[in-house]
Amino acid sequence: MALLEVKNLGISFGGLRAVNNFNIEIEKGQLYGLIGPNGAGKTTVFNLLTGVYKPDEGSVFLDGKNITGKNNIEINKAGIARTFQNIRLFKDMSVLDNVKAGLHNQYHYSTIEGIFRLPRYFKVEKEMNQKAMELLKVFSLEEEAEFLAANLPYGKQRKLEIARALATNPKLLLLDEPAAGMNPNETKELMDTISFVRKHFHMTILLIEHDMKLVSGICEKLTVLNFGEVLAEGKTSEVLNNKAVITAYLGE
Amino acid sequence: MKNKLSKQTKGNFITYGIVVAAFILVQILLSTGKVSSLMQGLLVPLCTYVILAVSLNLTVGILGELSLGHAGFMCVGAFASALFSKCTQTAIPNSGFRFFLAILIGAAVAAVFGIIIGIPVLRLKGDYLAIVTLAFGEIIKNLVNVIYLGRDSNGFHFSMKDTMSLNMEPDGEVLIKGAQGITGTPNDSSFVIGIVLVLITIFIITNLINSRTGRAVMAIRDNRIAAESLGINITKYKLLAFSVSASLAGVAGVLYAHNLSTLTALPKNFGYNMSIMILVFVVLGGIGSIRGSVIAAVILTLLPELLRGLNDYRMLIYAVVLIAMMLFNWSPKAREFRETITGKFSRRKKTQEEV
Amino acid sequence: MSFVSYLVNGISLGSVYAIIALGYTMVYGIAKMLNFAHGDVIMIGGYVAFFAVSGMGLPPVLAVLISMVVCTVLGVVIEKIAYKPLRMASPLAVLITAIGVSYLLQNIALLLFGAAPKAFTSMVKVPAVVLAGGALTISGETIVTILTCIVIMIALTLFINKSKAGRAMMAVSEDKGAAQLMGINVNGTIALTFAIGSALAAVAGVLLCSAYPTLTPYTGSMPGIKAFVAAVFGGIGSVPGAFIGGILLGIIENLSKAYISSQMADAIVFGVLIVVLLVRPTGILGKNIREKV
Repeated sequence: MALLEVKNLGISFGGLRAVNNFNIEIEKGQLYGLIGPNGAGKTTVFNLLTGVYKPDEGSVFLDGKNITGKNNIEINKAGIARTFQNIRLFKDMSVLDNVKAGLHNQYHYSTIEGIFRLPRYFKVEKEMNQKAMELLKVFSLEEEAEFLAANLPYGKQRKLEIARALATNPKLLLLDEPAAGMNPNETKELMDTISFVRKHFHMTILLIEHDMKLVSGICEKLTVLNFGEVLAEGKTSEVLNNKAVITAYLGE
Repeated sequence: MKNKLSKQTKGNFITYGIVVAAFILVQILLSTGKVSSLMQGLLVPLCTYVILAVSLNLTVGILGELSLGHAGFMCVGAFASALFSKCTQTAIPNSGFRFFLAILIGAAVAAVFGIIIGIPVLRLKGDYLAIVTLAFGEIIKNLVNVIYLGRDSNGFHFSMKDTMSLNMEPDGEVLIKGAQGITGTPNDSSFVIGIVLVLITIFIITNLINSRTGRAVMAIRDNRIAAESLGINITKYKLLAFSVSASLAGVAGVLYAHNLSTLTALPKNFGYNMSIMILVFVVLGGIGSIRGSVIAAVILTLLPELLRGLNDYRMLIYAVVLIAMMLFNWSPKAREFRETITGKFSRRKKTQEEV
Repeated sequence: MSFVSYLVNGISLGSVYAIIALGYTMVYGIAKMLNFAHGDVIMIGGYVAFFAVSGMGLPPVLAVLISMVVCTVLGVVIEKIAYKPLRMASPLAVLITAIGVSYLLQNIALLLFGAAPKAFTSMVKVPAVVLAGGALTISGETIVTILTCIVIMIALTLFINKSKAGRAMMAVSEDKGAAQLMGINVNGTIALTFAIGSALAAVAGVLLCSAYPTLTPYTGSMPGIKAFVAAVFGGIGSVPGAFIGGILLGIIENLSKAYISSQMADAIVFGVLIVVLLVRPTGILGKNIREKV
């Protein structure tokens, strides 16, 4: 059974059909790409999958569990974490605290234990610090742990967002244009990081991307969206040679 | 890592140290008899303001929402506890224990109001939230002014019209007398208790901020959507921060009420003027900085009293402080000026462009 | 008949709220800020008119005009000094600044004019109208207030929809950046908005003080806040909304005073605000805005 099974997903805004009859199946451990021209509805699909929007119809199953119509908090707990196209870090918090905020539901102690500094506070905080630093090390951010997130350079902000998403211990990681605004070197490095994350955490990843080098370099399968509908899907190399896809991207 | 924890703790201890040092200084001055009675009378209110400022900072600085109704929670705490103390004055003769209970009651009632008001208010954002908290503060003040409560051999009597409609037996005693408020609250507050409460408030707030809960609250402040995507329960943590803040304002109210023989709800003490004065303390001390709130509350309360004649200009100074602080912090020219001076210009600008 | 008279007085009070609410709603629509100091501009307008009449013995019409000029200048200066540098600042910072300006105006007035209330002589010289054989008397102030409000509403609606400057205002309120690219002078338009709002505040000040003839440095703050409630009620950013919100609020306030409790009237007005914001956060005529993810 696939990790993520989406059937016939659709949503309209006013009269506009933003996503229509969207289907996707992602196997465990796959690195899957979602591509398409601007305005095709890619980010809307992400918002539907993560519960920011409620779908008008269709169903979403994660690991056999129906998560259709659940809100974004429940969906995160069910095992989907994401990053955002326009980076959404906690800017006035330290890099470390950003990741620790991601660990929020993985480690528990009560507010009272926190205020009165009961033994569990110290124990759990120590564990959280260790775990957060581990994650930061994966992204070579451990040197900047005490920096304010807003003061990180752009590329590192993108990485921090991925680290923070991973901190929620997801089954499926959604990356919304992780390479946007990066130069070729940074993109190359990011590709290596994504591959590493996939192996190291045995992570299943769905990513939206415009950078074709990145997509063809690391994605195994692709789904192409155009005007809110699936235009093509399949193995990366096949999809990228598909006539309809080339037409959609380059015009007639 | 260890470094960071100890840095936080160090910072907190500096704040506690400042409060304790100020306390010792005042005690020394008191023993030398160099403190005027006017100044002595100001000591408990000073503690009240510090508690209010520190607790409001939780809402404004950490939760990131502007509340203009903080005095309303103070009002609730003051009246609830004053009523309790007046009723139990004979039943609980030990004033220390009675005041301890009064504080718990003031805190609890204010917290309940914080939750009741917080549930609708926290669904709103920004300016709307500010104006609705202001509205709630005014409603509380108005309601308190029309409450009549009496007690006789048959129990409690309640009215919103006047003392006559309480329909009490001749042996009855009016406890709350509408706009005339509560008279005869035992004078249980003292500077020592005030300082202890200040320390407890700072302890609660700083520890809350540096905990799992505090991180969740700040995450919501910095980016609500991202916080949700991490599975953080927005409503729960907003409400928690708001009601803790309200509850501590209630404690300030308890301290305030037990320092006066007559407690009335006037625009001056519980109106939005008060809420705004507390906001000035928070803003001047630095939004989000607990130590700053403490220092600003002390300075802005004492300064007009120390420089005699300045009292007329007190609110004017507050107003100018507010505007100047905001312009200094935010106007592009002031930023440029500051950044050239601190030499951080290039780095700051870069992150701004990129974000 | 007493109900009708409460109602008429409510409409009159509501007309004043509506005129003040216009200032809020226009500024909010364009600068996206709550100009907390707007209520205090009303108070300044009242004082200027007061001194023009009782101090210099000028005729009321001239006094109103002078008051309008002073308030317009004041509004524009406030915008230029306090708000303009904060265009890019956080909403919290702007709101705090506006609160600061409000307090500044109140305390300057307190130092200049003192805390003692000034007995404001009504600027309205229209005789009262007696209806229904003496059972219902409508004062001249009431008539003038309601008429003034209607005239202002019509004039403003025409101005915004028909004139070039009015359309520029709409454009700026829709999208500042795009308006700028279309060659609209954004800063000028915002200043113009403040100017119009403040001139209206002066009119409101004179009308308010004519109906309730005591003038103190705090005269403007409560009506100011209530007018903001009215603007929210009607849907912030909407001119007809401010009109409807203002009138409804005036009626609610006056009827609560008459039939429930005069002490509780303010609480009821604020209660209305809370209910409106919870049931329909964008007000009666407001637009829905969704945050983009």
